[in-house]
Amino acid sequence: MEAMTHSGKAEVTLPADDQIKVVREFDAPANLVYRAVTEPELVERWWGAQRGAMTVAEIDLRVGGKWRYVMDASNGQEVGFHGEFREIVPNERIVQTEAYEGIPNPDESANVNTMTLVEADGRTTMEVLIQCVNKESRDMQIASGMEEGMQESYDDLEDVAKSLA
Amino acid sequence: MARAATTADAFNAVAEPRRRQILDALAGGELPVNRIVAVLGLGQPQVSKHLRVLREVGAVEVRSEGRQRLYRLNGEALKPIHDWVKEYERTWTERLERMDEVLEELKSKEQGDGSDDSQR
Repeated sequence: MEAMTHSGKAEVTLPADDQIKVVREFDAPANLVYRAVTEPELVERWWGAQRGAMTVAEIDLRVGGKWRYVMDASNGQEVGFHGEFREIVPNERIVQTEAYEGIPNPDESANVNTMTLVEADGRTTMEVLIQCVNKESRDMQIASGMEEGMQESYDDLEDVAKSLA
Repeated sequence: MARAATTADAFNAVAEPRRRQILDALAGGELPVNRIVAVLGLGQPQVSKHLRVLREVGAVEVRSEGRQRLYRLNGEALKPIHDWVKEYERTWTERLERMDEVLEELKSKEQGDGSDDSQR
């Protein structure tokens, strides 16, 4: 059997001081990508990545509706995120807030994330624009991603460090 | 005069588990020393030592406010050291590769509607 072909890596850019943009193409039509990001039992299967199992995936998919994800990270810590839907265009666009529950007053520094799906020839490009409250918050989010990565793939980083020496 | 911190120094500085804990704590925002001490459950002298190392490589910045010393992450300095966007990107890449698998399954279900094993 052939190994599954992945559509490539996520491309992360920093379009402005307070923004992060993630772009990724999928070999699937937009309606299926939309299902994968909006149906809890599907989200549970990918959102935690390798970092841990999801213990909560709640999605009330309507404008003003709330969502909440909790992941049981490998170090036993629970990592929670929640937010509210602001705009919903099925199969095309979702605007939602995203607050990280691990910091004081999470809702005050919530991101506003805009996801857009564009389908062409049966393939779909997903773009997620993460609008942070300010540059400091943006930097911290990326730095904490770094921190997770460091804990879990320390060997890789060690290689990097060696190559810099 | 002390020599300038190198990238390798910085890597070592942030590789130490306690110092990673400090960076983790500061990822939530600027904190006074006493809060960092409380989070780590170490003595103030040890914490100060760790903070000094992190400051020397530019991983954290400090400012005084009244009698308090407030520490914060220095994202700009961490960026070249760790190629942090790459790490962030890797998280997303892993995550979305899993989504590929979910999508493959949805596609085959839609196509086949029960007899879907012809073209996997």
